Amino acid sequence: MAIFLTKDSKVIVQGMTGSEGMKHTRRMLASGTQIVGGVNPRKAGTTVDVDGTEVPVFGTVVEAIEKTGADVTVIFVPPAFTKSAVIEAIDAEIGLAVVITEGVPVHDTASFWAHAGAKGNKTRIIGPNCPGLISPGQSNAGIIPADITGPGKIGLVSKSGTLTYQLMYELRDIGFSSAVGIGGDPVIGTTHIDALKAFQEDPETELIVMIGEIGGDAEERAAAYIAEHVTKPVVGYVAGFTAPEGKTMGHAGAIVSGSSGTAQAKKEALEAAGVKVGKTPSETARLARELIAAAK
Amino acid sequence: MDLFEYQARDLFAKHGVPVLDGDVIETAADAAAIAERFGGRAVVKAQVKVGGRGKAGGVKLASDPQDAVAKAEAILGMDIKGHTVHKVMLAQTADIKEEYYVSFLLDRTNRTFLAMASVEGGVEIEVVAEENPDALAKIPVDANEGVTAEKAAEIVAAAKFPAEIADQVADVLQKLWVVFVKEDALLVEVNPLIKSGEGKIIALDGKVSLDENAEFRQPEHEALEDKAAANPLEAAAKAKGLNYVKLDGQVGIIGNGAGLVMSTLDVVAYAGENHGGVKPANFLDIGGGASAEVMANGLEIILGDADVKSVFVNVFGGITACDAVANGIVQALALLEGKGEAVTKPLVVRLDGNNAELGRQILTDANHPLVQQVDTMDGAADRAAELANK
Repeated sequence: MAIFLTKDSKVIVQGMTGSEGMKHTRRMLASGTQIVGGVNPRKAGTTVDVDGTEVPVFGTVVEAIEKTGADVTVIFVPPAFTKSAVIEAIDAEIGLAVVITEGVPVHDTASFWAHAGAKGNKTRIIGPNCPGLISPGQSNAGIIPADITGPGKIGLVSKSGTLTYQLMYELRDIGFSSAVGIGGDPVIGTTHIDALKAFQEDPETELIVMIGEIGGDAEERAAAYIAEHVTKPVVGYVAGFTAPEGKTMGHAGAIVSGSSGTAQAKKEALEAAGVKVGKTPSETARLARELIAAAK
Repeated sequence: MDLFEYQARDLFAKHGVPVLDGDVIETAADAAAIAERFGGRAVVKAQVKVGGRGKAGGVKLASDPQDAVAKAEAILGMDIKGHTVHKVMLAQTADIKEEYYVSFLLDRTNRTFLAMASVEGGVEIEVVAEENPDALAKIPVDANEGVTAEKAAEIVAAAKFPAEIADQVADVLQKLWVVFVKEDALLVEVNPLIKSGEGKIIALDGKVSLDENAEFRQPEHEALEDKAAANPLEAAAKAKGLNYVKLDGQVGIIGNGAGLVMSTLDVVAYAGENHGGVKPANFLDIGGGASAEVMANGLEIILGDADVKSVFVNVFGGITACDAVANGIVQALALLEGKGEAVTKPLVVRLDGNNAELGRQILTDANHPLVQQVDTMDGAADRAAELANK
């Protein structure tokens, strides 16, 4: 199985012909993703040779869906154009839109999120400012390196890209059902809770790793959800214990405001929900390993 | 980016929100002419980005132009909760009959915007929220529908504003919403919003926080940055396009990816507990690319920090291959030494992930006397902490 993305997913890339879009389209194809097209109104009707694969370029998302049956779009367009790209994807009612772009103004994200809601949430949005998601051995929608690890029984959800890679690497011998990078912006589409729910329902996933960081209260709400709904073992990690109050730490959403959004509060909430929380990424991997061994 | 009160006031005025006349000065002598313009009396207000300045003595009433100079002199240079006052705003005096509170902000939890309003303004709104939550109305605002006349009326009704000023407050709310949207703000707050003796609604004090991600379409916002107050290392890093935050420890940190760098700070702080309590000196995320130039820029900033005793370079090669990072480090050191900058602080490097073996070999072959390698993040953090404690 895997969540949100499988070997049958048909993926298009909005912004494929840009340099980042092209680089990662190449990588996604190389890792076995079914890339069925790109979208660029100025290059509609052409094809792009991506390492020997002819990828057609369509004028609109709607046209790409009609011609290819695409159900996933990965968005690489610059911040100024991200809102309209996501709204186009929502209006085309594509199943999954993965927004990689970093630096999207929060008014734009709030706007496309509200638009998705008004349209009945037919499109799952992941991101923005995220590495996307991978179901190893099946499909890769975004920029997560596909060669870190293979398929397995761990499901991972994280606000951070590099910490996702680090944990995938540390647990590479066990493997992953899916790893979902939900992004570090103050407003994001898919949340920890959405991924936890999907992993709980996914028969292949036996253990869930959840990575959080300072800012907001997503981890606290995820903890409440875990206590109530998740029966699979969950291992957690929270970054940012040493972050000073009022400073944005790289990710736009990673900021401690007054006494809210601290790593300590998140850790305590997760532990109160029965989640084992590692002090470092390596300890988190060790805890996951122990729980998997104990389950045997 | 948080703004000063006078900057918030300027943005309010720009979008038609009623404010009192005011002017900002850095030299006390300039206060006289402004007070003169106001008819003699003026309120002298410290411009600091911290609450509670009134209680700290940062707001004073001047009775005449001479007094305005004296009050400005007293306030300029004052320390308010660690913030030195470099500017004061002189504002017209107000005849305050009532004090209210209104704001628009981002509600992260519900992924929408929120209007907050209360007829109990003039005090810290957190106190109102705590002690009398019913007095603080919270109304969600749809990002695409915005604050229409109906929505403004809904907010006014929810906060129970008196009928005789309801229309005026609703009008101010719609104008503040324009400030919020047009300026790409994360927060627009007026506290207090006052009713004057003549029954006029005026924004007397305001707080605005702007979204730095929107800078590409807000060219005027750059001028609002308080460059003088920025830490010089942070300013230098920003000029080089680096994502850097100065902290107060001794271990310089360079890493790739915001989450991994935050995690690196934590791991170094834990390791420091066994090494005399040394702490991370900074946050620096060099991003995915990690080219020699970016690495050199990052190293230059960190080695220029007098507090730094050792440096920890923590890279997980995801898309970036570790051999490229290793070459970046070697070239960065050569670049810095070529510029005549003596590299005298030990560097602990941990490379993992894509092409880690190759990267490690490159560093081994380069055999730079100050570079040490440790294979694990926890081990490398421990070594860097140990070196910083020497």
